[in-house]
Amino acid sequence: MSQNQAANSNANSNSNSNNNVTGDVMTKTLTQKFFTKEWLFEQKSLIALILLIVVVSFLNPHFFTMGNILNILRQTSVSAIIAVGMTLVILTGGIDLGVGSVLALCGAFAASLIAMEVSVMIAVPVALFAGAALGAMSGIIIAKGKVQAFIATLVTMTLLRGVTMVYTDGRPISTGFTDVADSFSWIGTGYLLGVPVPIWLMVIVFASVWYLLNHTRFGRYVYALGGNEAATRLSGINVDKVKIGVYAICGVLAALAGLIVTSRLSSAQPTAGMGYELDAIAAVVVGGTSLAGGKGRIMGTLIGALIIGFLNNALNLLDVSSYFQMIAKAVVILLAVLVETKKK
Amino acid sequence: MTQAILKLSGIEKSFPGVKALDNACLNVYPGKVMALLGENGAGKSTLMKVLTGIYHMDKGSINYQGSDVTFDGPRHSQEVGISIIHQELNLIPELTIAENIYLGRETTNAFGGIKWTQMFADADALLQRLNVKHSSRQLLGELSLGEQQMVEIAKALSFKSQVIVMDEPTDALTESETKSLFKVINELRNEGCGIVYISHRLKEIFEICDDITVLRDGKFIAEIAVTDIDEDGLIEKMVGRRLDEIYPRIDAKHGTLCLEVENIVAPGVRDVSFTLDHGEILGISGLMGAGRTELMKAIYGALPRQSGDVILDDKVVSPITPRDGLANGIAYISEDRKGDGLILGLSVKENMSLCALDALSKGLQLDHAKEATAVEDFMRQFNVKTPSRDQIIGNLSGGNQQKVAIAKGLMTRPKVLILDEPTRGVDVGAKKEIYQLINQFKAEGMSIILVSSEMPEVLGMSDRILVMHEGRISGEFMAADANQEKLMACAVGKKINEAVL
Repeated sequence: MSQNQAANSNANSNSNSNNNVTGDVMTKTLTQKFFTKEWLFEQKSLIALILLIVVVSFLNPHFFTMGNILNILRQTSVSAIIAVGMTLVILTGGIDLGVGSVLALCGAFAASLIAMEVSVMIAVPVALFAGAALGAMSGIIIAKGKVQAFIATLVTMTLLRGVTMVYTDGRPISTGFTDVADSFSWIGTGYLLGVPVPIWLMVIVFASVWYLLNHTRFGRYVYALGGNEAATRLSGINVDKVKIGVYAICGVLAALAGLIVTSRLSSAQPTAGMGYELDAIAAVVVGGTSLAGGKGRIMGTLIGALIIGFLNNALNLLDVSSYFQMIAKAVVILLAVLVETKKK
Repeated sequence: MTQAILKLSGIEKSFPGVKALDNACLNVYPGKVMALLGENGAGKSTLMKVLTGIYHMDKGSINYQGSDVTFDGPRHSQEVGISIIHQELNLIPELTIAENIYLGRETTNAFGGIKWTQMFADADALLQRLNVKHSSRQLLGELSLGEQQMVEIAKALSFKSQVIVMDEPTDALTESETKSLFKVINELRNEGCGIVYISHRLKEIFEICDDITVLRDGKFIAEIAVTDIDEDGLIEKMVGRRLDEIYPRIDAKHGTLCLEVENIVAPGVRDVSFTLDHGEILGISGLMGAGRTELMKAIYGALPRQSGDVILDDKVVSPITPRDGLANGIAYISEDRKGDGLILGLSVKENMSLCALDALSKGLQLDHAKEATAVEDFMRQFNVKTPSRDQIIGNLSGGNQQKVAIAKGLMTRPKVLILDEPTRGVDVGAKKEIYQLINQFKAEGMSIILVSSEMPEVLGMSDRILVMHEGRISGEFMAADANQEKLMACAVGKKINEAVL
């Protein structure tokens, strides 16, 4: 967005002024719009990410290498994809604690389909559809049953984890050693143009949801619903449909994350995705989206997920124990929230 | 003149880009009611926030009981005897009246336990003084808005306040509640309290106040005794120009039958029928709680109807959701801008186009250019004062917010426009602009229902007036035959027999 605006204002000032003053006008518009205090504040999470990368690059020469960056992005892709769905839900003023369980159940479901040698072209859409249905179930409980999102998804989280345990009998489900299993493993381990497939998926998910939020009615209604539900309802918008929609999308994306995880390990773990809901919420919050709903940007979530991913990797490279990593993550989240609150 | 108990002089306060206060002054005299007047954005609220220390002034002085003071928060100013009763009450519905009055300063025994008996007794004594007929053990949420306001006043009294500031106290009150509020103000005045009374309702100012301070654009304009000025002169001082006629009624001939409402029964509405012609303005008068808003929401589809039909241009539409109502050409502009009218965190553009996005999309995709053009058109037509269409609407003044709210309804091109309290919390200048817009829609043949608690507004704008009382229509008048007394009589449920009058 901001780069677009930059390009636009450059073009405008070029065409509107003669050569002598072009430079002046350009710097003026640039400083007016882009290097003000407010602008810097808006970009704080991006700035934090860049700072993090620069500092760690100096501390460890292995950090800023193509191999390591791709590695980090691939590792981040699962939590980032879940965080995208979570952003939509949080923008409407809700929360979805059930994503980790949806991930595990859909992963297990897909693994058993693949083990039965059901074609990938069928197994993948079916698993994604199951994710949408499970997400929509939370949405229906919230919208039609008028249950608070936290409680409703606490229920689905527990329920679906239980269903996963029953379905898998508490044991991992292997995708087997067939040709179908081989082609399924491409989702988690394959490369396209030298870039791991999960990264492509992450990029596609972010781009699609960015488009959804900024260029469709549905996206506008998501912000409106989070801003003021009563006013949105009175404006003739089918609020229940929007609510069920965001939880369904959140479910699809959790299922997609489940496919990536299952595909990478060639088996589905019944305990997969535990605690992922909290990582996703952390990424959303670090990205500057308000838990109260109505305010936030999807690209903020990408940056939030990357900050957490890069931080984990950096601490690994710097030989910091995983126990300290948790503390570091907590500090980052706290800082992000404090800075956000200070603005108000 | 007696010595002022509180003297604010030469107050200056700037925010980034705006000078909100520029040499603002206010004197409060013991035993007198001082009105603080000005258009929205004139700096009244900012001045009050400077007084209580929520904002720090850039320049100026506050003199209280003869010495210069600065307060570092409302708590501090309240402790020395300056209380503010805000437009939005700061009370907790789930607690009892007494708990609300003494919140944060409960008297406790040696173990830190609250001395309940004493607290309830003290609170009851305060309530009795204010003629509130409730036990202080009752939950605050069970009280009417007017009674809740009385609790705020009781709280101010419990601080032994010397100065009480009331910010738009009658905005949410019924006529009878207003009467008892005025009684209390009179008593406080007799006890030597200094009162600052902020209101848009000029009639009230002349009824209850002794002196008037006028602010305009953050500047002190005048301090006048009410006896020395009339309503027109006051408006002139507030807006800095003369407003010839507040209610510019146009007498256009109205057309054929447009809307028929038949035997509507809904929560708070008991069997209401009426009709509305094309190009007619139908005023709906009545007291708070008479069921006016409920009736309008039932017609629009926002409240469930138990029975009854809505017929528009000979077609039974009977909407069951707001979406239905809009699709059939009925638009409803809410009385409660902050509650369910606007989304304050979104921009002017996003609010204005919210109902009409279906028409502003190509397939699944929003047509940003078309949306911007439509929004800019309305902003120009409505003279919305905002730096840009991307401005967060919460930052606009009440009048400009209301214009956007009306534009939002009009974007759906309705046949029937329902305006519920369209000028509540709107300053005089913007009020006139809104009236002119309503007249313009009327001239274009739109049918308009104007719900208002301000009787002069209903009388001045409508072609025909219905009065509601306890969920029923208790009177119907042609504008020419109506006056405030007749409307009031119907509003309180006295059936008027025209023949007898």
